[in-house]
Amino acid sequence: MDRAPGLRAEGLGLRRGGRRLFSGLGFEAGPGAALILSGPNGSGKSSLLRLLAGLARPEAGNLSWQGRPVVDDLDAYQASLHLVGHQDGLRPILTVAETLRFWIEVAGEAPADGETGTAALAALGLEALGRTPCRLLSSGQRRRLALARLLTAPRPLWLLDEPAVGLDQAALGLLAGVLARHRAGGGTIILSTHQPLDLPDAITLDLADFRPALSPAATADLVWDGI
Amino acid sequence: MRGLIALIRRDLALALRQGGDAAIAVLFFVLAAMLFAFGIGPEPGELSRVASGIIWVTALLAALLGLDRLFQADWEDGTLDILALSPIPLEMVVLAKAAAHWLLAGLPLLLATPLVGLLLHLDTASLPALIAAMALGTPSLSLIGTVGAALTLGARRGGVLVSLLVLPLEIPVLIFGTAAVSAILSDRAAATPFLLLGAILAGALALGPWAAAAALRQALE
Repeated sequence: MDRAPGLRAEGLGLRRGGRRLFSGLGFEAGPGAALILSGPNGSGKSSLLRLLAGLARPEAGNLSWQGRPVVDDLDAYQASLHLVGHQDGLRPILTVAETLRFWIEVAGEAPADGETGTAALAALGLEALGRTPCRLLSSGQRRRLALARLLTAPRPLWLLDEPAVGLDQAALGLLAGVLARHRAGGGTIILSTHQPLDLPDAITLDLADFRPALSPAATADLVWDGI
Repeated sequence: MRGLIALIRRDLALALRQGGDAAIAVLFFVLAAMLFAFGIGPEPGELSRVASGIIWVTALLAALLGLDRLFQADWEDGTLDILALSPIPLEMVVLAKAAAHWLLAGLPLLLATPLVGLLLHLDTASLPALIAAMALGTPSLSLIGTVGAALTLGARRGGVLVSLLVLPLEIPVLIFGTAAVSAILSDRAAATPFLLLGAILAGALALGPWAAAAALRQALE
């Protein structure tokens, strides 16, 4: 077996609520690679990211990390990734610093000193907001805080669901810098985005290419529904 | 371990800062017991005969409050994803949640029991036995509750559903909890009900987190 570094997917298929979202999906993302998932709304980008995080099981196909099937040691695999999804995991009554400290302690790798937290906040331009309760943050600031979690513990694989939503021009620049540094350090990034993000040499994977053709029965259903 | 403490501390901070959340269980406990005192009437003999049973039943119901929110908020805001992907095993996350629930609901009930005992003319001789039995029994209620909370995650009207799921499972705690008190009062061998309460706690400690974690994994998929 080859010990290809990075993440490798073969023939992935996923079904949600009786509907097949994609099938036969495959890719390879090594150290320093960035993979952009594109596709129309509802094409399964978020579901694919959850699947890649090991939170959902594929209907078919294999996923391997550093040459080993992910299912062999799911805990070790999940300990080497960050997933930043649509929900930002913020509680209105906790402050920015408390939220970040909780994430650092839960990640359990970095010492829970102020340093990691401060550096993470500074990297996304939030250093002045440490004592602000999360309910007072704007949506862009919430997004930036959610992204600061990426820096609370070093993990080689980052899975990002629409990381750029709500970010202003300056924050987009900060995000691009964070992503570039991660790639330069040998990290892998898989993200979905509708905004143009500055990601040099990124590979794009269009989920529409893996959408299964509608079967005659399904088409009949659509006709029946008046579509 | 530090992750677990961080989890418990966060739950406590969230509940205490929202003020009302922390006080609801104990207020319900006192009020419900008061209703019984009014309903049964001021006859001291009648009240004191049923006092320990009333205290146990109202404590059981009070411990149900807030169970439906135990994982719901974390599930809605994505924190549960973060916890599931963290190095902390999901079983330990459940254990931390149960511990926080006991500290916020079980422990205040214990502390309020002498007051409620006074309201219900509880025989003072049986108060230590009742508190000891509750100290042994209420952690089981929290642990069994996590299973119900995890199973109903995402369900609408989860609160009602949790009660229907959890209450039948809590009946043994009620049976042996009241048996412990009456055994002390009648000088029968009091060790047996306490041992059984301990056995229930040991079983809940071993099975509860495991079952709840399995339900959480299902909900996250």
